[in-house]
Amino acid sequence: MSKLVLKGVGKSYGAFNAVNDFSLDLAKGEFVSLLGPSGCGKTTTLRMIAGFMPPTSGTIELDGQVISSAAGVVPPEKRRMSMIFQSYAIWPNMTVGENVGFGLQVRKISAAEIDRRVDKILDVVQLKSLKQRYPAELSGGQQQRVALARAIVVEPEILLLDEPLSNLDANLREEMRFEIRRLHDEFKITTVYVTHDQSEAMVTSDRIVVMNKGHVEQVDAPHILYARPRSRFVAGFIGRTNFIEGRRQGNDVTFDGFTAPATALEGTTGADALVYSLRPQAIGLGKQRPTGGVLAIEAEIAGRAYLGEYWDYQVRPLGGTKPLRVSTGPNTVFEPGGRVWLEIDPAAMVRVE
Amino acid sequence: MSVLSLPAPARRLRIGGFEPTWLLWIGIIAVLLFLVVSPFVYLVITSFQSEKTGAFTFANYAAAYGRARYIEALVNSLELGVLAAGLAGLLAIPLAWGVARTNMPGRGLVRMLVLATFITPPYTGAVAWILLAGPNAGWLNRLYVFATGAEAGPFNIYSFTGLVLVVALYSFPYIFIFTTAALELVSSEMEDAANILGAGTWRTMRRVTLPLALPAILGGLIICFLEAIALFGSPALIAIPARFNVVTTQLFQFFSNPVRVEVAAAYAMPLLGITVLLILVQRLMTHRKGFVALTGKGGERRPIDLGVWRWAMFGYAMLVATLSVFLPYLFLLQASFAKAWGRGFGFDNISFQNFHFILFEHATAGRSVLNSFMFGAAAATATVIITLCIAYIVTRRLVPFGGILGFLCMAPFVIPGIVLAIGFYAAYAPPPLALYGTATILILAFTTRFLPIGYVNASAAMRSLNPEMEEAVRVLGGSRFTALRRVVAPLLKRNLIGAWLLIFIPATRELSAAIFLYGPGTKVASVMIFDMSEEGNLEYLAALALMLQVVTLPLLYLGQRVIGRDFMLRRSAT
Repeated sequence: MSKLVLKGVGKSYGAFNAVNDFSLDLAKGEFVSLLGPSGCGKTTTLRMIAGFMPPTSGTIELDGQVISSAAGVVPPEKRRMSMIFQSYAIWPNMTVGENVGFGLQVRKISAAEIDRRVDKILDVVQLKSLKQRYPAELSGGQQQRVALARAIVVEPEILLLDEPLSNLDANLREEMRFEIRRLHDEFKITTVYVTHDQSEAMVTSDRIVVMNKGHVEQVDAPHILYARPRSRFVAGFIGRTNFIEGRRQGNDVTFDGFTAPATALEGTTGADALVYSLRPQAIGLGKQRPTGGVLAIEAEIAGRAYLGEYWDYQVRPLGGTKPLRVSTGPNTVFEPGGRVWLEIDPAAMVRVE
Repeated sequence: MSVLSLPAPARRLRIGGFEPTWLLWIGIIAVLLFLVVSPFVYLVITSFQSEKTGAFTFANYAAAYGRARYIEALVNSLELGVLAAGLAGLLAIPLAWGVARTNMPGRGLVRMLVLATFITPPYTGAVAWILLAGPNAGWLNRLYVFATGAEAGPFNIYSFTGLVLVVALYSFPYIFIFTTAALELVSSEMEDAANILGAGTWRTMRRVTLPLALPAILGGLIICFLEAIALFGSPALIAIPARFNVVTTQLFQFFSNPVRVEVAAAYAMPLLGITVLLILVQRLMTHRKGFVALTGKGGERRPIDLGVWRWAMFGYAMLVATLSVFLPYLFLLQASFAKAWGRGFGFDNISFQNFHFILFEHATAGRSVLNSFMFGAAAATATVIITLCIAYIVTRRLVPFGGILGFLCMAPFVIPGIVLAIGFYAAYAPPPLALYGTATILILAFTTRFLPIGYVNASAAMRSLNPEMEEAVRVLGGSRFTALRRVVAPLLKRNLIGAWLLIFIPATRELSAAIFLYGPGTKVASVMIFDMSEEGNLEYLAALALMLQVVTLPLLYLGQRVIGRDFMLRRSAT
């Protein structure tokens, strides 16, 4: 049975639709990210799940019971969820121990039991020695761990995270992504995670909801989103890509500088003008003409940049106008202006809307 | 881990769960209607009502403006306001510049002395200046006679000039506060930018620094002007014996037997109108786009090196302080401990008799001091609670039209205390409430007067609090009330104590509303001082005024410990 179900949830302010017809099923123990640029409605959706905002249409159900609809909402304090806020919202007037124990106290659990559980969770997030400290004495990363401990210790039905890593520096952010996933693997709490950072979403999530301008673009596992983006927006937002525009002509599709047989490409029916997404990593680059069932295109190196982990080449097919971006390993070196062969597997070309 | 199961009823959908906040909203609207709207409405209605029949009439206005001396009092007030604000500007602006932007020595000391001036009630200053510049017996006159051998000294505080001096001396801190606040926002980088383009120090000041600070300076002058025309204490102590009237003393006479509240209401209208108008002008000026406050905080501020002139600057600051603090307090102290103040500083002239008399012998003086503190505490507490509720509702957007609540809270800012008191009298003195002379009406009037101070502080405090702090409580299962009790209140404790002190301190000295509303058992210390001045016993007067001041000191210290050194001199305090 689904744990959390959003059915056609919408939130509008007058004529402006912040969230539009949002539907999603979360299985118990699942970790789902809402990913999108700022203003896409992801935080609004999260706050509706938390009960801070009523939806203007649709319903939200927890364990089969409606908790939010346009007619009214169960207030946040009755939902048995917990949330990690962008600002952490660690209460500066309470010690680390008091912060973490607060939710248990509200649940009227005995002091001894609270103490035991607080110690246990602080051990998990490696903050045991800081129990008596005040938040002002902690670093950003430590405050983040307090927020995690405080949210997890109450064993919530749903854990909500609102851009929890956006205030940390880059190294710490990377470390905390794995930490969050580790804690999820340990406690199996159904989680909704809001972020605008694709790598955060990809590291932590079972599935990612890509949102744009208030509506859902695509819901899929990270590798599927990357490999099979369904829309131009998703392809462009998750990772880097080449958008190649083609035109169907008889049995072929003509692109800028090369053609491909229509049968080898997906989705060639319907329209005459077609747009495909092709990842820079999916293009092969070599001195020799490739063989096998691939497209072999002679091209010229138009520009390059060395980024340590890979080379970022701009390669223009002979007879084409726009260069394609191609990534290769750091040891594959071609000089600008040199002739090369591009190797493209038509199956890697994903048609996008 | 075990899953805690939810109690079933908690899961039920509570449709329209906002009724409690709606009730609160209605409650607060009712409170504000009672405190702010109703006195104002009654003031206006009463001014058009016949005293005997209650019918609509213009007779009150005819009576209020029908005599030359009533008009003369109005003109006197305007003159007093303009001259006092001008003089205060001369005192305050150089001081503010010296403290905020130069390397004048003793800047901290000067700030402290301005604060000492600011916390001196105008009537206390007036009492001190009667000791200093009273005709013949005043200390400055005696010094003059002693030094020159002349028959009489030239100073007479009981004059229009005297009144202007005393009013200016105790209202210049307003201009000082506004000007330093603005100057401290002009970053050195802005001046450097002018310098590097070829402008010298003088040109930079004229073209960059001054224009940036000018709206604030004008704003300070306006506040000072309004303070001067709304003041009752100093004019009562100086103008009445000097046999001329200003608006406030004239209003007081309309209230002396028989009480002609209808005429007083009509006569108060210009005071109200001018205040509303000028506050609007002041707001427009200081909130105009491009004013430094919007772009401020940029870069450090280097003090300007005045060279040897810094000592001249310091000398000027000390001269001002001598007139507003040193001399007045020296002679207040002397008089309060003297058997007879004219006998000077000899040891044989020292006694505690004056304090003993006030606290234990006088029929109502001791009681009046107690009343001042009780009413002040009650009003401060009520104001802090009401304004915190309103600031919470408004900043958290719990109800639609929250802005109306904020507006009503700020409205008393444009109503002079004396006008407010007439409104309160008109609204609540008659039956059924018949509150005239009770402690209740004094506390309510004080509460209304200080709502704006409370609201400014409470909403600043609320805005400084991230709403996520409360949301974290709620999502973990705590109610809104739990969030208020466990998180909001503890986090705002300092701000609330600060706001309480900012209200309590002026409330204990409030005179212009109290003078119209007190009764036999509810006389406050400020009214007592006014009463005693009519008896002419300056030793008792000095002792009572000094006692009020001394009690303020530990509170001031507490305030500075809780919210910082500048707590009374910040702009939000005004």
